Amino acid sequence: MDINVLSAQNITFNYGSNTILNNVNLQVHKGDFLGLVGSNGSGKSTFLKICLGLIKPQFGNIKLFGTDIDKFKNWKDIGYIPQKATAFNQSFPATVEEIISANLCHKLGFGSIIKKENKDKIDEVLDIVGMKEYKKRLIGRLSGGQQQRIFIAKSLVSQPKIIFMDEPTVGIDKKSEAGFYDLMEYLNKSKKITLVMITHDFGAILNRVNRVMNVAEGRIFETDKSKVFSN
Amino acid sequence: MFEVLNYGFMQRAFMAGILVALICPLIGTFIVLRRLSMIGDTLSHASLAGIAAGMAGNFYPLWGALIFSIAAALGVERLRRSFSQYAELSISIVLSASIGLAVVLISLAKSFNADLMSYLFGSIIAVSMKDIHMISALSIIIILSVYIFYKEFLYISFDEEGAAISGIPVTALNIYFTVLTAMTIVVSMRIVGIMMVSSLLVVPVAASLQISTSFKNTMLLSVLFALFSVVSGLFTSYYLDLAPGGTIVLISVLLLIIIIIMKKIGSFSLSYR
Ligand SMILES: Nc1ncnc2c1ncn2[C@@H]1O[C@H](COP(=O)(O)OP(=O)(O)OP(=O)(O)O)[C@@H](O)[C@H]1O
Ligand SMILES: [Mg+2]
Repeated sequence: MDINVLSAQNITFNYGSNTILNNVNLQVHKGDFLGLVGSNGSGKSTFLKICLGLIKPQFGNIKLFGTDIDKFKNWKDIGYIPQKATAFNQSFPATVEEIISANLCHKLGFGSIIKKENKDKIDEVLDIVGMKEYKKRLIGRLSGGQQQRIFIAKSLVSQPKIIFMDEPTVGIDKKSEAGFYDLMEYLNKSKKITLVMITHDFGAILNRVNRVMNVAEGRIFETDKSKVFSN
Repeated sequence: MFEVLNYGFMQRAFMAGILVALICPLIGTFIVLRRLSMIGDTLSHASLAGIAAGMAGNFYPLWGALIFSIAAALGVERLRRSFSQYAELSISIVLSASIGLAVVLISLAKSFNADLMSYLFGSIIAVSMKDIHMISALSIIIILSVYIFYKEFLYISFDEEGAAISGIPVTALNIYFTVLTAMTIVVSMRIVGIMMVSSLLVVPVAASLQISTSFKNTMLLSVLFALFSVVSGLFTSYYLDLAPGGTIVLISVLLLIIIIIMKKIGSFSLSYR
């Protein structure tokens, strides 16, 4: 039996008396490249945070790889690039390498020594985003777009099976953006990594993703790619 | 100059001082980066209440300090969840309660004496063998904990949400970290004094942040600065008969000022690739 990578059932979420999500359902299958669209404030980021267990919904349940989110343990299988990932303390004194290796915590076990194979892994993901020569730089001394690329690399380093992305290409130049989508397509098609991406980028929706979900008025419904343009 | 090290009390003072210089920056680095600088003040005032309780109740004051500061640490963490958007508020609340409790207990113990003064301002001659045992045991726990949870604490300091999603038990580690902070206060106060513990948590880190090129580097440099401040501070306070805590802290502030000036002049920035 093929279990869903993500299963959100009957999710209802309110901020106070303000209902953001009203009894929504979503099944994400292995190999999906799913685009989540909707106007500002429609609840996309909120929904993603619920799927990641960062916010508890008032009603409904989330399953990751068939396991209830409260009991889920394999967090290394989950990648996440938050909206405005680059809005961190810019004077934080850590290098790119140190920031990326943070995502290897569970892999490395306790202690602070990083083994060779993990160093190679860090080099590999930095190479993917074209930032290898910035490994020893302080993260705060990079440009916004460069930082965004580091966060993409960071989400890849634990070799996740699904990556949740909240407007990952904001602040990235057109050329790098195309490179990013090429990479996502490669990860999706060749490595069978499932992707869930919030985006306002219609070009990406049209050309890259294979399913489109629209978030509007507290509901989430599957939409035909071509119909996205009408709203 | 070094013959003073023949005195037993001076050996104990140096031993305690060096442990303090190792531990304060280890914990202090995370405290500064998480913008929790006030927590040192709060927990040290709680430990003052513990000292007074020990004096009033006739038990070893450092036990009182440890218990009270850990209780305050847990209180801060508990309140932080009620005021999640205002972390400082929970710290202020516990600070107020601690000062109130300390004052009441001091008046109960009728113990505003030389002993209490030594806890407030630090003392070279007052470090006993019993203190050394307590300080060493706590220091080992703190150093091991930072070694074991280094990456986790780093991640939490940088991005709590991200840390949680990568499977790190953030809440449990936050509580544990605050308890470690409480232990650090107790380790430090014999030498540095309750009034100045929090400065030693923060000032060497502030100095190292000026020139550091990585996280590890920040930690190591701040340990170096703290060691320099403590060792030179202990000598100075012995020969000039000054309170060690104030001397150590003044030296570390001086060091910070020198580094800031040298950085301004531009002759002193470690290069990075
Ligand atoms: N902490 C909060 N407290 C109360 N309301 C909130 C909070 N965070 C978000 N909201 C509200 O929840 C709704 C959904 O927000 P969300 O961030 O999920 O929107 P979004 O679809 O991601 O928008 P965008 O495209 O601008 O990123 C918004 O109307 C917002 O005003
Ligand atoms: Mg959003």
